[in-house]
Amino acid sequence: MSGIFTILRKELEDHFSSTRFLLISALIVMVGVIIASMVGMGIQEELKGSTKPTLIFLFLFTSTGKLFSFVQFIGFFGPLIGIILGFDSINRERISRTLSKLVSQPIYRDSIINAKFLAGIVTITVVLVGIILIISGLGIRLIGVVPGSEEVGRLGIYLIISILYISFWLGVSILFSVIFRSTATSALASLALWIFFSFFVSLGANVLSDMVAPTPVGQTRPSPETIMKQAQVQRIVSLCSPVNLYTEATSTILNPMRQTTKLVFVGPMEQLSMMRFQNPLPLLQSLFIVLPHLISIIAITLVCFGVCYYIFMRQEIRTV
Amino acid sequence: MEGRFIIETEGLTKKYNSYTAVNNLTLRIREGEVFGFLGPNGAGKTTTLLMFLGLTEPTSGKVRVSGLDPTREPLRIKEKVGYLPENVGFYDDMDARQNLRYVARLNRIPDEISSRRIDELLKMVGLFEEAGKKVGTYSKGMRQRLGIAEVLVKEPSIVFLDEPTIGLDPDGTNRMLELIQSLSREKNITVFLSSHLLEQVQKICDRVGIMIKGNLVAIGPIDELAQKKLGVEKGHYTLEEIYMKYFKEV
Repeated sequence: MSGIFTILRKELEDHFSSTRFLLISALIVMVGVIIASMVGMGIQEELKGSTKPTLIFLFLFTSTGKLFSFVQFIGFFGPLIGIILGFDSINRERISRTLSKLVSQPIYRDSIINAKFLAGIVTITVVLVGIILIISGLGIRLIGVVPGSEEVGRLGIYLIISILYISFWLGVSILFSVIFRSTATSALASLALWIFFSFFVSLGANVLSDMVAPTPVGQTRPSPETIMKQAQVQRIVSLCSPVNLYTEATSTILNPMRQTTKLVFVGPMEQLSMMRFQNPLPLLQSLFIVLPHLISIIAITLVCFGVCYYIFMRQEIRTV
Repeated sequence: MEGRFIIETEGLTKKYNSYTAVNNLTLRIREGEVFGFLGPNGAGKTTTLLMFLGLTEPTSGKVRVSGLDPTREPLRIKEKVGYLPENVGFYDDMDARQNLRYVARLNRIPDEISSRRIDELLKMVGLFEEAGKKVGTYSKGMRQRLGIAEVLVKEPSIVFLDEPTIGLDPDGTNRMLELIQSLSREKNITVFLSSHLLEQVQKICDRVGIMIKGNLVAIGPIDELAQKKLGVEKGHYTLEEIYMKYFKEV
């Protein structure tokens, strides 16, 4: 543990005073506030005069409004926070030749990488907690509903999943900063992986499902069995992407009406009407549904950090 | 020069695959000595320093630095040993004081103690006036002197200096050499410096070791080496001549 707090403190100072961190958090706060106020005003309008249904508060985060929901936004954009915080963490020190100085101080070598990772996680937590509180505050004013303990609990779990998810990307970018000597290369590699998982995995899933379960020749429409099979393959492939893993997990945990992580095409207002015939799931049951997702996210984050740790500890510290 | 041996190596060898960086090095350095470790680029000087610090594991052989084994107790060695790498790096967006304080904190020195020490050291290396400037604006000579101050923050008993005068102008070189000499004389710090700039080393070193292609070919006071190799009396030689003689033999 020796030295870890000193490095952590310095890294945090660096993060919070860096321009790129300010830019990205300003962007997130801006988009978050815009989405929340749009959704909030929409709910206000539509529910004028009627009794407010329970659990409406979470709509602030899951409702897509005109553009996209906050959850989708973090799912897509969150990786960028992680990448920005980590892509040059090790190789910048290598380039400025401060790494050889650090390792010749009486600290354990793993304190360096642990502190960098920890500093990133703390920063991510601060940003996410901040933006969720801002949206909640805004939401309370706009729709006039105070969240109950159940909703707070759901938001808490959402927060934990989000921190883990962004930490995964932090791990990826720190890994690249350990492997690559140039900061530009590590940034581009992280971005490439981000784009790959965000767009190309779902494209690949379509192609693959067609290959595994092709529509028989001569038939204009695939049989229901084929459609089912295709959907299954698509789902399995898309879950290889942390982006989809995260989106499914969070949209389920934030929506008590969803009783499965599989995709259902229902709009927010339809959901409201469905609520009359359905009871929302208790928090614990929702948690059970997303448990496999949650474990997968924890696993990939840990694996990523483990690989990073291993490579860093085995690297020769030479004056490059 | 009497005193106990503070660095001892025996048959120290480092191999990178088939390439031998350091071959069978046996060396003893006394406490308070200024030892010049000479050799052309790629002779294995930096590798030796890294093994002394426990940053690289030796392939075979023994090392003792201040009675400790660097592979077993790297942390305790790093508490006692200051290492100035070749072309030392700083956090350019912090000023000199912040850089030094960071290193002091990594050495678990409380701020109250380190702030006084940092001021003294900055005065000693002649950077007190510029201490508030960001290190990114420093000249090469100033950076190198700041490096010396940084190495001394932890009050080491040994300092390893890797090419401390490389890339400095004559004035900067002289200031650096004086500084190094004063460490040994005033603070009784053992100085182990590696260099390929012979003329400068000649001025300040008590003893030198000549390293060529991983082998230590000669060791001793400069006068002794001159007599042995060139057969001349004191004052009629330069280290360069001795060095070239050894170099041709290898």
